[in-house]
Amino acid sequence: MKLVKIIDVIEGKVLNPDVLCDFEIKGGCGADLMSDVLASVRADAVLLTGLCNPQVVRTAEMADVRAIVFVRGKTPQAETVELASELNIPLITSPFGMFELCGRLYLAGLPSFENNISAMNL
Amino acid sequence: MSGTLQELQGRKGRTVTDQDARDIGRVEELSYDLKINDVMAREVKWVSPDQTMTDVLNLLRLNRISGAPVKDGDTLVGVISQEDLMRAMSDGTLDAPVRQYMTEKVTTIKSYEPVVKAIELFSENRHGRLPVMDEHGILVGMITKGDITRGVLMALQRDYQAEEVRRYRASHLFEDITSDRTSLILRYNIKADDFTNGGKASSNIKRALLRLGASPQLARQCGIAVYEAEINLIIHSDRGGILRVQIEPHRILMQTTDDGPGIPDLKKALTPGWSTASPEARAMGFGAGMGLANIRRCVDKMDLESVPGKGTKLMMEILLGADEVFKGAGAE
Repeated sequence: MKLVKIIDVIEGKVLNPDVLCDFEIKGGCGADLMSDVLASVRADAVLLTGLCNPQVVRTAEMADVRAIVFVRGKTPQAETVELASELNIPLITSPFGMFELCGRLYLAGLPSFENNISAMNL
Repeated sequence: MSGTLQELQGRKGRTVTDQDARDIGRVEELSYDLKINDVMAREVKWVSPDQTMTDVLNLLRLNRISGAPVKDGDTLVGVISQEDLMRAMSDGTLDAPVRQYMTEKVTTIKSYEPVVKAIELFSENRHGRLPVMDEHGILVGMITKGDITRGVLMALQRDYQAEEVRRYRASHLFEDITSDRTSLILRYNIKADDFTNGGKASSNIKRALLRLGASPQLARQCGIAVYEAEINLIIHSDRGGILRVQIEPHRILMQTTDDGPGIPDLKKALTPGWSTASPEARAMGFGAGMGLANIRRCVDKMDLESVPGKGTKLMMEILLGADEVFKGAGAE
């Protein structure tokens, strides 16, 4: 699913518009623990999270997460936005909570890109 | 040099997976970066308003163009196109002057404007070509959609070649240097509690591996392992520590060392879900007790040694599969 479509579905706002959003996202992952993300997310996913610090962006970079959505209208600190722009990772904020966001995207046809830990195959 | 060139072409079919998603984005970026001046046709064929439509027919046919500006002396007074010519032909008046059939209201574009401006004009007005004026209002060129496509493709190719040359140089490191055992060592000093810079070293390691020719999959595996290890140093060490990566053709050794406080119970530390992380670290989304478990999943061999009061040493090793070995390894 194109990221621009995802932004539409979640009524999101892009926080670093200098980064382009015209690319394909293959799946989604929702987590607040960065180790969970590192352990379970597959490459080329969008990450939904409630955490706003720069480590979220670093985690995304390491795990090949292509875009980050902040839940419940959260906006990250300036360093987070700066780092994301440097690494070409779009940051999006959406007014909805984690549960509704996952639901909206799943209904719109975005598959889960969270690996079951026990069946992990990084 | 010719060998280099051949090699570059031979590798063209290889996917630059890490950047796939950004290719479209780069084209958009280029349409802002590139100026009309960079892509326009400079040799402008033009007619004067008093020439005949037959002259236009010959001009378009001989030069294989679809239209031309009309100039009266130095002044642009109109444009004439294939469609105008067809109207004249169906009227049977090919000997009529150009001024009778030309479009007088001409949309022009400035040579110093970005290419995206021309794209906008093309889509708004269904123009096929635009006369290009310089800052003094003098006609200096013409631009068509074809010129833009060609210009963007050439710029993309320049980009691609620059990155390919960088990758080529790095990825042949092991081939170009002869020794019984070549390794490249990257060292990073990690500060305790420095969450702001946490991950910078891992970011550099991942980028270095991609440049050296590692697959995105391998770079990701190493990236996750060193990132967890780097974060561990930041969270747990007393005075920071050293992150060291040793890259060899057939394997990658990653290691963190610190001088305290050491882990009192190694078995517990290795249990998924067990953590002694500070509330600050937890607030950053760490301290889930999954770090070492994550690392273990990413590497082929992991070894944790620790002496309370002395320090901790974490060793991680990834053995490269036959299709993953760095270039030049076969020469050993």
